Amino acid sequence: MLAGAQAARLRVPFSIDTLPNGLTLIVHEDHSVPIVTTNVWFHVGSGDEKVGRTGFAHLFEHLMFMGSQHAEYPQFDRLLEAAGANNNGSTTEDRTNYYEAGPSSSLRLMLWLEADRLGWLLPTMDKPKVDLQRDVVKNERRQNYENQPYGLVGDVAPKLMYPAGHPCSWPVIGSMADLSAASVEDVKDFFRTYYAPNNATLVVAGDVSTAEVRALVREYFTEIPRGPAITRPTPPAFTVRDTAVTLEDRVQLPRLYLNWHAVKSTAADAPALQVAGYILAGARTSRLTQALVYGGEIATSVQAYSDAKRLDGDFNVVATARPGQALDTLQTVIDQQLEQLAAAGPTSRELDQARNAIEASFLRSIQTVSGKADQLNEYYYQTGNPDGFQDDLDKLRAVSTADIQRVIRTYLQGPRVMISVVPQGKPALAATKKRVTQ
Amino acid sequence: MIRRFIACGLLAPMALSAQAAFDRTKPPTLPSAPSLVLPTVTTSRLANGISMQVVPQREVPLVQVTLTVAGGSRLDAAEPGLASFAARMLTESAGGKDVNAIQSELAFLGATLSSNATWDLFIVSLNVPKRSLGAALDLLADVVQRPTFSSADVRRQRELRAAAILQQRDRPGALAALAFNSLVFPSGHPYHDPPDGDSVSTARLDSARVRTFYSRAYVPARARFIVVGDIAASEASELIGARFGGWTATGAPLTIAPVSVAPVENGALKVFLIDKPGAAQSILSIGGPGVSRTSADYPALVVMNTLLGESFSSRLNANLRETKGYTYGISSRFGWAPTPNAFRVQSGVRTDVTDSSLIEIFKELRSMQNAPVDAVELARAKAYVALAVPGNFETNGQIAGQLADLQTFGLPLASVSAFIARVNGVTAADVQRVAKKYLPASRATVVVVGDLAKVRAGIEALQLGTITVLDAAVVGR
Repeated sequence: MLAGAQAARLRVPFSIDTLPNGLTLIVHEDHSVPIVTTNVWFHVGSGDEKVGRTGFAHLFEHLMFMGSQHAEYPQFDRLLEAAGANNNGSTTEDRTNYYEAGPSSSLRLMLWLEADRLGWLLPTMDKPKVDLQRDVVKNERRQNYENQPYGLVGDVAPKLMYPAGHPCSWPVIGSMADLSAASVEDVKDFFRTYYAPNNATLVVAGDVSTAEVRALVREYFTEIPRGPAITRPTPPAFTVRDTAVTLEDRVQLPRLYLNWHAVKSTAADAPALQVAGYILAGARTSRLTQALVYGGEIATSVQAYSDAKRLDGDFNVVATARPGQALDTLQTVIDQQLEQLAAAGPTSRELDQARNAIEASFLRSIQTVSGKADQLNEYYYQTGNPDGFQDDLDKLRAVSTADIQRVIRTYLQGPRVMISVVPQGKPALAATKKRVTQ
Repeated sequence: MIRRFIACGLLAPMALSAQAAFDRTKPPTLPSAPSLVLPTVTTSRLANGISMQVVPQREVPLVQVTLTVAGGSRLDAAEPGLASFAARMLTESAGGKDVNAIQSELAFLGATLSSNATWDLFIVSLNVPKRSLGAALDLLADVVQRPTFSSADVRRQRELRAAAILQQRDRPGALAALAFNSLVFPSGHPYHDPPDGDSVSTARLDSARVRTFYSRAYVPARARFIVVGDIAASEASELIGARFGGWTATGAPLTIAPVSVAPVENGALKVFLIDKPGAAQSILSIGGPGVSRTSADYPALVVMNTLLGESFSSRLNANLRETKGYTYGISSRFGWAPTPNAFRVQSGVRTDVTDSSLIEIFKELRSMQNAPVDAVELARAKAYVALAVPGNFETNGQIAGQLADLQTFGLPLASVSAFIARVNGVTAADVQRVAKKYLPASRATVVVVGDLAKVRAGIEALQLGTITVLDAAVVGR
């Protein structure tokens, strides 16, 4: 091989159609193991929330498990477990997903439950359910933010990066105050607007017959009425200003966060930023990993990644200092490395390594029907083509040395948000130095 | 945020079946569940006797190669963390190549390579696209048979480990687990010390110590290969035989001694507190000594634990999360290992309901013991366990993991089908009997990591048992 040789084209065969009420159905048959998964995406996320109701999309996700007219609480979980299936859901800035996975025999139950909560959620919705899941979500916030070392960065970073009112300017989990404010009326309004078949795509994948799935989905979902047209938020254009913030936390080691405004997931530069993340910190031999952790020995770990969302995006470098190291030292080395990469670009060997590693990760991602189902939904939402695996990979493989240099210069050498998290009482370890502009 | 922890082909013409009319008000009747189809395993031996299991899976052009060597952290003896450190050092310099050359080549091949120790096994795991398999196996052979353990590599990894140990103090869940294990398993028991050692044992790691340990712990006669993926058994044999058929022992093998130290059986409940000022939650770790997986009670215990704290609708989660709103999630588990690990209930609960949470947890443990489970709940738990088994054989990695797990316990592949049958045979009386026998409702070790200024008085008022305060800096030493 090696560098040039490509594996056979990735293909995840599917069929797609749309019901009269607007529900899109995508079916992927994979008969290798007798399992099935259903994966529903509602095209609503925290980016669609109103100011004062942050965290609502995710709170709503919790309420979708609280029973519906014909499957009252707690039947949703109990029936699935009795059929050998598990389930969960997740919320991002862009979308909310719900999935079930289990033996192929559980298909009808999964579809029946999904149909019931899409069509008949509100008749059993009441204040006690909202209050209970509000408490659970607050506990989730305590567990994943407040009781986690460095956890409050997730709260602070979005609002430092994005201007007030921008759909990415608050965390998906929301604030405690906004969670407290959510009412049953909010739940009903949100459901009527966003939880409609025309705002949802359903992927069914696994050991199923496409014809049977299509027939069942029509039977279960057809009578659910279409919802209103949805107005999507339009993120304002903005330029981030250089910002340096220090947080004291109960941590042993200081950690530096550098966040740049970058691009949304469908932008032309998104693949190059993704590959840049790999070249900076994706492997043991990556630039920042070497300079900070293994060669320079001033950090214990470093990550670099593009967080490209549907509406906007940012690029982040996160590095934890070794004992005794101040964050300005880390900042200086990171900027030097970015400078060098922008000036000379990656070597062809580095690019080939990134291409091969990324290609292999695509192969790993299509090993499970659950992984394929979620990705089919994601590609469909992003591009309109569910089987976008090979196109996505092709774009990443096409990234050139010049592309990497350009995106480093364009996005990672301009203004940024710098957050230092330092041990309590040690503000002197924070990064404060002004970036040296070339 | 998740709810929990956590081109068109030709279509067959749509057939509208002549089934009874659809009735939305009732859950659909389901067909019978698919039966388990176990993978076909070809077993062979290399020239030096190393056994190899191969499972061809052609779906994706990837190959998973798992090498296990019996031993693992139980060989640590008086040097906590040595086994896991030696294991992780394998993927540094080896075979005359420096670590950067090896790591760069692996990434270039699209391969992932990891080397770790469990309590009972060393596991080296290679996952690679088929077309790069040969070159990746060359690296695997270097890493396993010819590790350098250079002093520079050892120093660097030792310092990173020391920093990671220091950072454990930041994570209340890590502190709770460390404290719990050191209390339930006395000094001398392999589970007493953390598998990654502590700051003192880490400071002692040097290349001579690691090299000597490696030569006595990575014993070819204890090694087995599991290969799953886009490859025929004959090809796997040839490729691996050429690289590992001549692997011979370099040191006198360390004895894998049976564990003679018994875990601590409390006479009564004991409470241990660790202060984390300002904590938004209290982390609870509650439990005691576990059970052997080869016990005849294993299927009943799995079913009992599923309905106690494993499934989402389990009693603990239904009560503390879904009814009371005390937590984002709570679970209970048995640590199944050849030397039985612990039974442990674990959760992060709101600070102001720490005492109430303890009350509810013990209420659920006692309720499992005091009354038989109802038929619907029992059937649900049994189905959840038994029907999920086929899904555990989906990916190459899952299949290799299942085979390695069976090896660990000396169980044949057919035991998977037997397990399903035994689960289906579990009765309400079995569940109650194993709950009475094994759940430490009145003699648990209770660890609470939280803001003691706010939670201590409430816990004391419960009068659960003796209360001891532990120092976080000692627990996370």
